[in-house]
Parts: sequence; C-alpha cells; structure tokens
Amino acid sequence: MRVSDEQVTPELATTGRPPATGSAAVRLTDVSKVYRTGRTELLALDGVSLTAADGEFVCIIGASGCGKSTLLNLVAGLDKPTAGQVDTGGRKVGLMFQEPALFPWLTAGRNVELALRARGVPRAERRAQTAELLETVRLSGFGDKRPHELSGGMRQRVALARALAQNADVLLMDEPFGALDAMTRDLLHDELERICAQRSLTVLFVTHNVREAARLSDRVLVLSSRPGRVIAEYDVPRRGPRRIDSQEVAQVAATLTDRLREEMGRHGY
Amino acid sequence: MATDQALHGLDNLEVGLTTKAGFSPARLARKTWAAAWPKLLAVALVLVIWQLVHLTGWKNLVLKGPGTVLSDLWQLAQTGQLWAAIGVTMRRAVVGYVVALVIGSLIGVLVARIPPLRAALGSIITGLQTMPSIAWYPFAIILFAQGTAAIVFVMVMGAAPSIANGLITGVDYTPPLLLRAGRTMGLHGLALYRFLILPASLPAYVAGLKQGWAFAWRSLMAGELVVSIVGPPGLGVLLNTNQSNLDFAGATSVIIVILIIGIVVDMIFTKADTALRRRRGLLDPAVLG
Repeated sequence: MRVSDEQVTPELATTGRPPATGSAAVRLTDVSKVYRTGRTELLALDGVSLTAADGEFVCIIGASGCGKSTLLNLVAGLDKPTAGQVDTGGRKVGLMFQEPALFPWLTAGRNVELALRARGVPRAERRAQTAELLETVRLSGFGDKRPHELSGGMRQRVALARALAQNADVLLMDEPFGALDAMTRDLLHDELERICAQRSLTVLFVTHNVREAARLSDRVLVLSSRPGRVIAEYDVPRRGPRRIDSQEVAQVAATLTDRLREEMGRHGY
Repeated sequence: MATDQALHGLDNLEVGLTTKAGFSPARLARKTWAAAWPKLLAVALVLVIWQLVHLTGWKNLVLKGPGTVLSDLWQLAQTGQLWAAIGVTMRRAVVGYVVALVIGSLIGVLVARIPPLRAALGSIITGLQTMPSIAWYPFAIILFAQGTAAIVFVMVMGAAPSIANGLITGVDYTPPLLLRAGRTMGLHGLALYRFLILPASLPAYVAGLKQGWAFAWRSLMAGELVVSIVGPPGLGVLLNTNQSNLDFAGATSVIIVILIIGIVVDMIFTKADTALRRRRGLLDPAVLG
C-alpha cells in the first residue's frame, strides 16, 4: 500500500515506483496476521506488502502496536501468516533482538561457534571461522569472555557475529541498538554499515528511533498502528557517508517524525 | 578518529574495569576466617546453652553435658566401629541417591517433553514430595522384605520427585528469547535440548539435586532405624543400639555425626551451585565480597 505524502521535503520523495518484480531478497504479498486468544481476535498485520531488494537496507518504523516484531517473526519463519505470502527465495535469514540473547553458559566464541555447528560446519573449520567472525565485529581478543563479562554493545556485536555465522543473506534486526547508549550506538551504526557493505546483506531493521532510521536506511517504511499497514514509504538516497548529526539526517528524521505523529494522532481523541 | 580505534578504546574502557587480584595467603586466611567465625560462634553458643541446661540438673540421670558427649565421640572415632558404620551408611546413600538420580532425571525429561504425561504425572510428582518418607516403610517392607532394597525404594520415592521437579522447572523456565534465538539458529529436536534447554535448566536441576539429597538422606536414616538388616551396622543401627542401652552420650555422638555428614554434602551442592551461577553472571560480586 503506497500512500502519497504532502509533507515530503524536496530531498525526500515517497517512492513512486511500482512494486519491484526483479531480484527481491524479501517479498511480502498482502500479508495479514491474526492472533486469537480465546474469543478475542487481534489483527496485528493487515495486508502488508513490501519488498527489499538484494543488498538493500530497509528500516521499518512505527508507533507501538504496529506489529513490527510480528513482521520479523514471519520473515524469519518463526510464525506463519494468516493470509498472504512471505517469500525470501530460499535465502538464509538471521535474526537479532534488542537483547543479545546469548547463551550465558557459553563464552562469546562458543556462542558464535554453536551457530556454525547448528548449520553443520565441520569441527575443523569452526575454530577458524569463529575467529574470523569475531574479527569482523572487532572482538578478536574477547572470544574467551562470557557474555556477562562484556558490555552491552559488545554483547550485541557477539549477537551480530552469531547471526552472520548462520551465513545469512538477510538480516532481520528488531531494535538491536535500542538498549545502548548514544555513543556506542553511533559507533555500531558505522560498524553495521561496513559489515553490510562487505557482505552485501539485505537488512530489515525495526526501530523506534527516527534518526537511526534516517542514518542507516536506503528506504524507510512507516507502519500504522492497530492494525499494522504500510502507510508511507520514503527513499533515502545516499550521497556518500552519513553522520547521525548531519543536516541531511536531521531533515529526513523530521519528516519521519511528522508522519508518525500524524499516525499517532489518529488514535487520540 | 577512525571508528575501529574508538570502538576498541571503548571496549577496553568498559571491560578493563575489573582486575584479578593475585593469590595471597593473607587474603585467603582473612576470607576463611570471615566465613568461619559466625559458624564457630553458633556452635559455641549451642555448647554453652547445653552446658547450662546440664548444670541446672534437669533430667541429670540421662542428660550428659557436652564434655562427656564429645569425649565419648572422640573415643568412638578411635574404634573402627564408627568408621565402619559411616562406610555402610554412605554406601547405601550413594546407591540410593544414584538410583533416584537416574529415575528422577528420566521422569523429569519425559514429563517435560510430553504434554499428556505432564498432565498425568505433574501433580502426582508434587504430591509425592509432600509424602513423609517414613510412611512408605510398611509398604516397602511388605514389597521388598526387610533389607537394603526396601531402604533404597523409600529413598527413591523421597528423592526422585525433587530431582524430576527441578529438571521440569528448569525446562519450563528456559527464557523464550533464547528459544527464539536457538530456533533461528537452526536448533530443533534433540539438538535444541542438548545445546539450549538442558544447559539452561542446569541451575534449577542442581537445586532439585540438592533438595533430593536432603530427602534421600532423611529417608535413609529413617530406614536404618525402622528396617532390620542382616550385616554390619550402619549409623541408624548404632543409634538404635544406643537407644536400647539408654546411652545418651552415644546416641548424641551419632546424631552429631549424621548432622555433620548432612552439612558437608549440602556444602558440596551449594559450592557447585555458586560456581555455576558465577560462570553465568547470576551472582552479584558485591554481595560475595
């Protein structure tokens, strides 16, 4: 569903293009999800269609109750849609949460190694690959530490290494930096950008933080609340490296904020 | 400033806060003393109160003072009899506990995995835990006749439910987020149990093992008092003999021995539990000191 938007700044155009038919890494077609508990039904997602092209960084923003986490669960295959299709073309999907969700009884290195093992990497290759993945997230010296000995940002990087260990082409991120301080988050934005470019990852990134969305995205989708629908879609063209404190990011963020407030207002008096 | 350098600096700032203190005998002695003095004080207090009661002359025909009892215990320790009795009892304890461990763990895994089995057995297991072990003995003696088998049976009835319940609780309280992480990683079926659910259950399982030990030990002591067994006497039989001879000092000595064994084994379980929690970052280092 594509809704034109009157408040678009000159730099920021809603996408006028038709639904992509070429190489989409992730394609959702008219996906609805209904949760039933007893006699009550909750429509979490209502006819959501979206695509993410190979190597594209797509942020999904929305107020509470927009079904963002439901959406990611569906793409990850952890849940089935009530109606519609979810298609990842057989690509491997990795998932990251706001909490690192590392196994506390394993060291950082072993956490990464377990993901390799689950995917059937032979023992002889696991050690080297683990070292390489830790190097990728710049945690080379910390493989022997247990999760509780690391800082929040470091734990999230171990979680990222673990997601990469699944050999994922598509990375689903559910507010992965939401619990981190601004300084760490800023550094991790740079890191994530570098890793995504290196590995040409397709990313669906859920966040509440409009600046984060403006900083990272190629494209931003705005979801409505109760039920979740795609109500707006913005292209954020790249003109070289971005900084979170740049004018460009601030402008995009302002547009997104306005659109979100409008949507929230719809649920007020 | 390059991102990687800033990031590396931040990592070192955040993790480098704790430095390991080297080993020093003085520190160890201080720590040992800090842990020991409250216990020693408690023991001393009990001895003082006991001595005072003894001095009032209450039931002074049978009630002996701590001095008499402790010297009696000392003498008992010189003879081989006490050590032989401890050996006999501990061998039974190990056999009974291991059987309870195997059966309890097996039931725990099955009940946790198979919903109909849980519906059928879940509340029975909890019910069994409230059953006083002594009440099983008439049943056990009819079934197995007088002998070690009856005691082992009652130990299992006492300990296995606790062990099973510990495991079931552990499985139930596996954090859903970890399950989600495990499933996206591609863990399912047996691998999910082996790499995620069982390790996640370990702390609750150890708590169940500890409680199971307490039940097994109680059942064993009751059994040695109630069941008559041919062969070398265990601690319970020693206690029974002392009772028949109205030997207060002897009976109290054996009780002290039973108490000490119980405390020592409990300490081992507590140590294991603490080590486990420390590895997982579940202990507040400030509390530990």
